[in-house]
Amino acid sequence: MIQNFFNPEIIAASWPIVRAGLLNTVLLSLLVVPLGLFGGLLLALLASVKHPAMRWPLMAWVDFFRAFPPLVLLILLFAGLPFAGLELGGFVCVAIAFFLNTGAYYGEILRAGIDSVPAGQIEAARSTGLSRLQAMTYVVLPQAVRNVLPDLLSNTLEVVKLTALGSVVAVPELLYQARQAQSLTYNPTPIVVAAAIYFLMLWPAVRLLSRLENRALAGR
Amino acid sequence: MSGWARFTETFFNGKVMVKYWPDILSGVVVTIELALLVVVTGIAAGLALALLRSLGIRPLNWLIIGVVDLFRSLPPLVVIVLIYFGLPSANVSPSGFVSTWLSLALVLMAFSEEIFWAGITSVARGQWEAARSTGLSFGQTMVSVVLPQALRLTIPPLTNRTIAITKGTALGTVVAVTEILGQASSAMSNSYNPSPLMMGAAAYIVLFFPVVVAARWVETKFAWKR
Repeated sequence: MIQNFFNPEIIAASWPIVRAGLLNTVLLSLLVVPLGLFGGLLLALLASVKHPAMRWPLMAWVDFFRAFPPLVLLILLFAGLPFAGLELGGFVCVAIAFFLNTGAYYGEILRAGIDSVPAGQIEAARSTGLSRLQAMTYVVLPQAVRNVLPDLLSNTLEVVKLTALGSVVAVPELLYQARQAQSLTYNPTPIVVAAAIYFLMLWPAVRLLSRLENRALAGR
Repeated sequence: MSGWARFTETFFNGKVMVKYWPDILSGVVVTIELALLVVVTGIAAGLALALLRSLGIRPLNWLIIGVVDLFRSLPPLVVIVLIYFGLPSANVSPSGFVSTWLSLALVLMAFSEEIFWAGITSVARGQWEAARSTGLSFGQTMVSVVLPQALRLTIPPLTNRTIAITKGTALGTVVAVTEILGQASSAMSNSYNPSPLMMGAAAYIVLFFPVVVAARWVETKFAWKR
């Protein structure tokens, strides 16, 4: 058992490979989380215009990406687009897929946050002479973000976990590197190490979330 | 040939689509089987864990919280890879289908336990006391008084989470499950044409879009009144 799953020699030998993967997972997360937040902010701001012609297309957009598995989106970009003469490479495909997919989720959360800010806040802000954009930036968004902070955190956690999909299109992140190390050593220890790293990295966020969610329910 | 004609010839090639239609369809069947298995077993296990946790046995609760936190922290794909490529070293070789089912069910179990538990704890203490004082047993109070109120609260977050995890059946491709994406990918490499992939993508939309729209409706119907 220890020989197969927690082999110290293999841990030592494969550590440089796994460590490079960990570094790439962190970098990838630092790229795709802001990218998704940016996409979500765009969607939420569009939704806050409250024009009827805007409502349905936006809802359809969000629901489309809620229905579409991110891995299928990624494969479509990575393996489908080359047939249209567009070869983007795994990394760019991951960035685009995350922008579209996680942007839809972030957008839905931020929209709910903006809706939770009472209309009187905007009216008061506008009446003091702030422009629409200023009222949104300085008055509405800070409150909106605070109101949906647990949901934002929860989604960010999912986004970081989703970066493991990069392994399917040969982005050398943690899971990909661990599998490389596994096939080099004929031993599953590197995958166990990768799983342990994911757990250690994300567990604090899971604990925090669990508390926030319980408090939200208890305080209802 | 005009650009548009070449585009449709490539991405929506009639001949290729007709030829690989049965493959995609068999993939749809596998995806539905896998999804139903994951949803039923994952939610049942999550509810069972939440009920066990309500018994208030300390060491048991620590164990439950540990397992739940573990599967909330690990990416589903990592769990799948761990089971499929790791377990054979312990002389257990689950198929790709079983690995994917087990992994997604464990992940759904973890998330639904959290949601059920939050629902159960949200029912006011007085409800328990009132029910127990009328002579109901612990089990009767749980089933007839607490759960009906708790479950109503859990429906919106549970539907969302269930959809997100069920979409993960596509991850099965990585361990050679012949679900929609797997069938579409192999058809694409056999035909050197992306039309099967487009069909597969369409199949996902046909399967999941109605569920998402229904979930939106359920969400407003059972919305948490804050």
